[in-house]
This record gives sequence, structure tokens and C-alpha cells, in this order.
Amino acid sequence: MLMISPKMASGMQEKQYTPSLLSFFIYNPTFGPREGEEEKKILFYHPSDVEKNEKIRNVGLCEAIVQFTRTFCPTKPAKSLHTQKNRQFFFEPEENFWMVMVVRNPMIEKPNKDGKPPTVEYQEEEMLDTVYGAVVRQCYSMYKLFNGTFSRAMQAGGVELLMQKLEKFFYRYLQTLHLQSCDLLDVFGGISFFPLDKMTYLKIQSFVNRVEESLSLIKYTAFLYNDQLIWSGLEQDDMRILYKYLTTSLFPRHSEPELAGRDSPMRPEVAGNLLHYGRFLTGPTNLKDPEAKFRFPKIFVSAEDGYEELHLIVYKVHSLVCFLIASVELTREFCEQLDSLVGPQLTLLASDICEQFTINRRISGPEKEPQFKFIYFNHMNLAEKSTIHMRKTASVCLTSVHPDLMKILGDINCDFARVDEDEEIIVKAMTDYWVVGKKSDQRELYVILNQKNANLIEVNEEVKRLCATQFNNIFFLD
Amino acid sequence: MAEEHYLELSENPVQFEHASSVNNVFFDEANKQVFAVRSGGATGVVVKGPDDKSSVAFRMDDKGEVKCIKFSIGNKILAVQRTSKSVDFINFIPDYPHTEFSQECKTKNASILGFCWTNWNEVVFITDQGIEFYQVFPDKRSLKLLKSQSINVNWYQYCPETAVILLSTTVQGNILQPFAFRNGTMSKMSKFEIELPVVPKPAKLSLSERDIAMATIYGQLYVMYLKHHSRTANSPSAEVVLYHLSREGSCKKSHVLKLNTTGKFALNIVDNLVVVHHQSSQTSLIFDIKLKEPDCALNIHQPVLPARSIHPYRIPLSGPAAVPSQPPVPCQLYSSSWSVFQPDIIISASEGYLWYLQVKLPPTVNLLQDKGKLMDFLLRRRECKMVILSVCSQILEVGEKGSLPVVATVFDKLNQVYKDYLEAEQSYTQAMESGPSRGSAAQKRPVRTQAVIDQSDMYTHVLSSFTERKGVSHKFIIAVLMEYIRSLNQFQITVQHYLYELVIKTLVQHNLFYMLHQFLQYHVLSDSKPLVSSNQELILRRRVCGSVDAPHLPLSPSRARLPRRAGYVHRFSVSLLNCVLSGVFAAVSGEHVPTRTPAVPGHAEASVHGQRRDHRGSAVEAAGSGCAQIHPQRRWPRQRVCAEVPGRGAADRRPDAVLHGV
Repeated sequence: MLMISPKMASGMQEKQYTPSLLSFFIYNPTFGPREGEEEKKILFYHPSDVEKNEKIRNVGLCEAIVQFTRTFCPTKPAKSLHTQKNRQFFFEPEENFWMVMVVRNPMIEKPNKDGKPPTVEYQEEEMLDTVYGAVVRQCYSMYKLFNGTFSRAMQAGGVELLMQKLEKFFYRYLQTLHLQSCDLLDVFGGISFFPLDKMTYLKIQSFVNRVEESLSLIKYTAFLYNDQLIWSGLEQDDMRILYKYLTTSLFPRHSEPELAGRDSPMRPEVAGNLLHYGRFLTGPTNLKDPEAKFRFPKIFVSAEDGYEELHLIVYKVHSLVCFLIASVELTREFCEQLDSLVGPQLTLLASDICEQFTINRRISGPEKEPQFKFIYFNHMNLAEKSTIHMRKTASVCLTSVHPDLMKILGDINCDFARVDEDEEIIVKAMTDYWVVGKKSDQRELYVILNQKNANLIEVNEEVKRLCATQFNNIFFLD
Repeated sequence: MAEEHYLELSENPVQFEHASSVNNVFFDEANKQVFAVRSGGATGVVVKGPDDKSSVAFRMDDKGEVKCIKFSIGNKILAVQRTSKSVDFINFIPDYPHTEFSQECKTKNASILGFCWTNWNEVVFITDQGIEFYQVFPDKRSLKLLKSQSINVNWYQYCPETAVILLSTTVQGNILQPFAFRNGTMSKMSKFEIELPVVPKPAKLSLSERDIAMATIYGQLYVMYLKHHSRTANSPSAEVVLYHLSREGSCKKSHVLKLNTTGKFALNIVDNLVVVHHQSSQTSLIFDIKLKEPDCALNIHQPVLPARSIHPYRIPLSGPAAVPSQPPVPCQLYSSSWSVFQPDIIISASEGYLWYLQVKLPPTVNLLQDKGKLMDFLLRRRECKMVILSVCSQILEVGEKGSLPVVATVFDKLNQVYKDYLEAEQSYTQAMESGPSRGSAAQKRPVRTQAVIDQSDMYTHVLSSFTERKGVSHKFIIAVLMEYIRSLNQFQITVQHYLYELVIKTLVQHNLFYMLHQFLQYHVLSDSKPLVSSNQELILRRRVCGSVDAPHLPLSPSRARLPRRAGYVHRFSVSLLNCVLSGVFAAVSGEHVPTRTPAVPGHAEASVHGQRRDHRGSAVEAAGSGCAQIHPQRRWPRQRVCAEVPGRGAADRRPDAVLHGV
């Protein structure tokens, strides 16, 4: 099964194929150590219609490679295997559990004259290990968020339960992987923060504290506006994956019907005497409905002793989303109480923030195309900002620059990751672009400049200027 | 049961010889002096009050029964009224003739109802036919009439603080005519009518002197009218009606205090509170006219607190004969022999005591459940600071569900007062700096009342102990601290660094580094210089080393790598970072490391490293499914220009006012 999205290169009759998922499997070598029992090792295999022996062969190969490379470095087994046609990524999230993703290399199909079959040229160097390695890790984190660890399922119901869970989760999840649009941002897995003044921020703090105090079932609260994070009471790593889920899956799923005019949220609910526009994104769609189900997705977040199982309540007013995480099964009464408590206050906050948002926009002037594009990431707080990426939708993540440039960014990032030292890399790309990567302590900044005929010194000066004007409140070492 | 008596009599009353057949007792409201006149003054006059030191004793000839006796302001001249026609004066100024001189009222056939001193040498006679304003010349032993006014007078009241005399006129007595005196001038103010509950059919005097009192409340002069309940009128209980008397303009009915009961009442003003004593129930009520009742358009007030009696008072046995074992005698409160004077004086003539009535604030705390209202009430009281702080502690102590909104309300109320003071102070300083050239009335330096509760007060008395108490969830602690910081920000008050320290300390203690980071990110915790103070350094040093796996800290002299969690602390801000690091260094190496070393200017010299090299040639390559190139870590030289900044020690980082939503 190939997921192909051919792109027509202009002018020439070349066909370009982006990277695509060939297979994805999870195995545990300890489950079938004896000969003839190899199939037992396989916990999940995508695509499922592959013949059994081939599955066993592929798993066996991976096992062998990992085992073989271990002899060189026992603590760091192989992470990836490069071949001409595809690339395999290995990841051991839990002891003896291996996740393997096989991605077909991007390729160019050149038509031959004389009716010969077209020649295929694989571009095996166009893919970055860091990017797809991050994708595999993300797969696991996402599974863990909703199901807990593998070993948890093993304890609860043995291999059968684990396999069921894996099947149920990954069958859907893999369909949402868009390998062709994976890039540096997947490596970062960052969180975009919403800029807000101190006072509004404190108001939100105050609101969060009050809600958590009066509804003691709620353990954690987080706040987003326009898909950007404002506050999170969760730990950073949990927030990171939850943010990914919300922004790439849950919100787009709900915003599309909204945009289409269905399921209009503009109908105010009257709770008490207060009008509000709040509604649940998870759980009941309509509180008034007597048939409404009060089931919320379960998530697993880190706690002091391992993991705790919680329920995710996502509540939305306009662009303001507040999600609350409660520890026990939730009832209708609770939802109604929450609706009447949170709804009106959130409506007020939403209008406050919206006001700020428009003011900020007015100050920064009409949205004109900036002279440069950048990606910023801070490893410390996972803050990321990109002017390269368009708004994410459920299906694709659009970038406004050529994939080649994205590739250069990824390369620079790899170089940065190799050393601890702060450094700056300036690259002149083929297409008159200059790409500048700057690593300062925990922060990374990538700038793409489009300046023809600029020399190195000029570019350097330009970046310095940008840092001083655009990032004046961010600390860089030089 | 907790202490509930919120009113008490002063501990050191003015003691005088109690009234008897040979000893007449007089009280002068202007000087707050009690006169004990024995046998018409022949066997002695003892003047006491307002404090023990200022007592005077003298003798005067017995020229008949004394009706009224008062010193002029500053005890300069004594005036004694013995007949209804004249007032006698005696100089008390040294070197002046001590002999009495007398002044008859000017109006024929008028009888003097009383007199009031409005200055050290100015006196007003109130007769049944008008008032006469005199200047006294003690050296000439004569008086000069400055001004007079004819008017039928039933009775009068005098408010010494404002020098206003109120005359009851007309047959029913309910038209009141005030006069104001100042620097030898007498000015007639506009008269006003008191609405009587019942208008008597044959007109007769219906407004009693006892039902009217004058006092200044919150700096404004009010006429208080005790409106008794009447069976015929539709008023089930008595009330006190306050008329605001302004120097200019008319007198307006402004407040109604509901007493919700009937009987005999007396009024006092203590600390701007109207105290209404009810004799039959032996309790008192207090009203605060600035406390707004939410659902009343007109200013109708209910008692602030439930009725309670004055705190039981025991009369200590005086004199050398007092035996320690003998218990003090309880004093009968609300006795019919009590006389009540404005603003806060209660006199028991039969026992010979003059007390000042006082409000005790601590008992009010438990009687007023609405903490917002309680704060409004307390913030207007004189001795409120410690009580307010204890209320704050109390609210935080309870920590029951839903207390955060209460905490927020209380903080907002405190900070409103705090802000008002800061603003007044600021405008004063500005006025001083710009110089008095404006010629405007020299601005007075704003008085810092006890109600101004600043951040250090909150920190010292409430927050620091609150955060250290065991058994309080850290969530609640942080919520309270953030609420206080929010409130300060809302009133645009600069937050003091020690509050930030408290937040940081609490967060670090509970390993909530991500929260801490977010607060820094949104500048909720500002990166202020004092944050580097040694105190903070100590806290962090202890915390970071204590709670974040300190034994495993890999440390190198050039760069300290804290564990991942501490990584937040590691770099969240330079000042903090510096103190953390220097703390860690000092802890580990035992030597002092300077917190900040001068930054080395980065040399960003670009150097071309190499041209793109075709790596394929060097890589093992195999077609098909075979293994081609296995590299966990791959080096890939490429066309690049490197400007590498050499790594530097972590100690020289500059402030990192972290990004704003970036």
C-alpha cells in the first residue's frame, strides 16, 4: 500500500513522490524467543494485510540489526537504517518493546522516451533522521497519553489486551500521520504561546485557581486562545503531547463544522442570569439533551508515583479553550455545575483577551509579509514560533517555503544537536536564499532571508539587526 | 464563647466626687470638664478632665445656686450662671484681677437658657428670646455685645467642635435654626424642619432636646434625631434620622438608621460610628453610615453588628484602703443615672465617673460573617491594622471551599486604600517638587492611617507565616499569593520583590518549575534586581540543592549542568540563575564564586569551513533491501559558513526577560 501524493514539477514531465509510510510495527522479542513462535513477538503490524512470513521476516531483520549494532555500543543501539528505497526507524520506548517505522524515500520519476518504463531516482538524502525519529517517539507519546504505558496494559490484561489497544489506537492514528509534511517543528514538538499582558494573565490565573478550588474534582487546568497556550497546570512533557493532540486533532475536528456553519456555537446558553457561549468539546454536546452521554476521554499524565488516569474535559468559548482534567467519572450534575460556573466567567475572559488580541494586532500593523521568515524554539519552555508555517489544519501542515530550505533548517538543527557549544551557522542556499541558524544556550533561531547579492557580512549584520528589533526581549549570547 | 462585647468603657475614667445634696456636678462639653461644685462653690470647686493632669481646684463665693459653670477655652475665664438674667465671670488669667464681674442679657424680660464659649474670650448667651454674642475683656472686666438675634427659643444644642449652636424654634419646636461662630463673627445658617412622627392637634412642644444631638461623623456635621416609634404613625420601631448640616446650602435628611426596637435610647459617636444605647435591653447597636446597604436606594442602614451590651465594667476600689483580695465592684451599665454626651462620653453622676466609650474591634470579626463588609467596616476604623491583618490570617487559615473569591475581595479592598494613599503621597511629592510657587493652599502631607496595609505588612504578618504553615496545600498557597499579586497589579502598585520570592520559594519547594517558568515568561514574576538578594540566594541554594537530587549534580568549573528539572531554574533568569549557580558552586567547592563575571564580547568571525563534498562516494552503498549505511550519529559536511561562538561559562549570562509569547 502506498500513499502517494505526486507533485508535478513545472515544465518537465517529472513526477515527484514525497516520503510515505510503508509499514509500522511493534514487537517484543521476549514474547517468542523459540523458533516457530516468532509470530508471537509481533504485537502490531501495519499494514495488516501483509503476509505472515513477511511480517516475521521484517521483524526478524530489525531485531538482528538492533542486536548487531548493540555490539558496538551497548547503550545506544541503532536508531535508523538507511537503504536506497526506504528508511527504517527503531525506537525502544519501554524495555524490550520496539517500535519500527519504515518510510519510503522520496523519489523522482523521470519518464523515458521510447515508451520505456520511467526511471526512478530515490532521494535517500532528503529525509532527516531527527524528524522521523521524532515522529516515532510522538506516536508512542500519543499512545501513552490515551492508554498509559505498554506494561500497564500487560499488567491489566496481558498480551491480548495490549494488542487490542495497539490495534485500536494505531489503526486510526497512523492514518493521521502526514509524513510528507513532517519537518523541524516535529523535532521540536514545541508549544506556541499566546502573548498576553500581565494583568489579563493574572486574571486567568485567578480564574483557574477559583475553578480548581470550587470544583475539587478538577486536578489540572490549562488555557488556550487561538490554539496558543496561555497557561498549563500540567507538567511540561504532558502538556507538550496534549498540546499536539489538541491543536492537530481535536480543534481542527471541531473547527471545521464551525466554519461550515453547522453546530453553531453562537447560540448563547443561559445559565442563571448570565449569558454565555460555552460548550463542551469533549463529553456531552448538549447538556439539555436527556440522552447526553457524560463520557470524557481518559488520559494518562505523570504523577508523583508513576502515572495517573484522568478525564479530559475540553470546554470552549469562542476561541478561548479551557481544559480541565478531573480525576473521577463525571456526572451530569458535575457538568452542569461546571457549565454554569465556568461558562459565564470564561465568556468574560474571552472578550477581555479578544480585546487585547485586536489591540496587539493594531499595534503591530496590518499583516504584511515580513522581509524574513523564522522559526524560534526554546528548549527550556518548549516555546516555539514559526512564521514559516501556515495555520495547521487537520490534514496538512503547510509551509510557505520550499522543502529544500526546510531541509537545510533540519540539517542545521542536527549540527546544533551534536555539540553543546553555542554556535551560529550561515548557509547560502541555491536559490538566492540565506539561511541563518543561531543557537544560544537553550534557544534556537532559524532565519530565512531572501536577499539577492548579499554577502556574508551583510547577512550577518541583517540578522543582528533582526535579533535586536524582533527578539529584543529574548536573550542571545552575542 | 468568644468575646462578643465590641463596646467598652475606657479603663481610666475621670473620677470626681459624685453628685449629692451638697455637691452639684456639671459637665462642659466644650472642654470635656466635670465641675464638682460643693455648697455653691464656697467649700470648693473641683474641675476634672479631660485627663487627670488638667484638674483645677478653687473656691468661689457662694452667691446662690449654680445653674451652669464653664471655663472658656484654655481655662482663661470662668463663667458661672446663677440666675436666669445674668452670667458671672471670673478671670483665671494670672496677673488679672480675680474679682467677679457680671453681664445681664440685653433682651428685656428674657431668661437665659444657657451660654457657650466659642473662643477663649467669646461667649454666646442663649435666651428664650434669642441669642447674644459677646466679647469678654477680662482686663476691663466688661463684655461687649458683638451681635444678637431675636428668635423664640425652646432649647438649644451646642457642638463645640464646629462651634455651631442649634436652636429649637416655633411652638412645636421642630424648626431648627443653626448658627455658626468663627473668629468673632456669627452667621446664620439655613433653618430646617424635623419631620415629626405625629403632629399634635393643639400645637405644643413636641421635639425634645433629648432627642436631638449634633456630632461630626467622617468630618461632616450631622444633626441626629431620635425618632421614636408612635402607635398612630405607621412606624413599628424607632429610628435615628441624620440630617447633614453643611455650612453652605441647606440641611438635608441623609441617613436613616433602623433601630428595630422601641424604648429609651441614647446616642454616642465613637470612631465615626453611631452608637445607639438601648436602656431596656441593656444593649447597644452600632451603625456605619458609609457602609452601603445593597438594596436600599435611600441611605437606610441596619446595624452593622447584632446588639451587644457594653463590656462589663468593674469599678476598682480606690484609695489606700483598697484591699487586694477584695474584688472590684461590678458597675451597673445602662443605669438610669447615666448621662450621655457627644461624642463619646458617658457620665455616671451618682457614682462620680466619666468614661469614654470605645469600640473594640477584635470581637467584631466573629460577629460579621460577610468578610467583604467586615473589611469595609474595619478599614474605616482608627486602630484597625492588627485586626485587619488577623482577619486576613484567619481567612487563609480556614481555607475552606470557595474562600478564594473572599480572599480576592479582601485583597482588593485593602489595596484600594493602599493605592489611594500611594497616589496621595505621590501627588504631594510632585507638588513639593514643583515648588510652592503656585500659591495654592499648601498641600498637606497625606496622613498614613492604620488602614493603609502595605506589602510589607502583609508579608510580615500574614503571608510569610501562611506559606510556612503545615497542612496547607501548596495549590492554595500559590493561589493566594497570585491573588495578592493580581490585586496589586490591578491597582497598578509595584509588587515588592519579597512577594516574588515567596512565590518562587513555594514553587521550587514543590518542584513546580514549569509553573515558575510560565510565570516568568509572562512577566508575572518580574526579573528584579533585589531578587538576587542574598536572602533569595539562600533560599534557592537550599532548595535547589535540597530537593533536586543534589548529590547527583555533575559539576564542572566551567559549566554546571543541573538535572533536567532543575534545568528550568538553571536558566530562567539571570539574576536567579546567578544566585542558583553561585549557590551551587559555593556549596560544592566551598569557595566563593562571583555571581557575575563580565561578558566576553563574542567574536563572530566567519570562517569558511569547506565546500560541499559528495559523501556518497565514501558511504557504503548497497541497492535493494540490503543494509546500506547505519549511523546513529552522522557527520555530514556541507557548504556552510560557521561563525561559532566559543562556549562560555554559565555564570555570565545576561538577564533573560523571557519571550512574550514567542
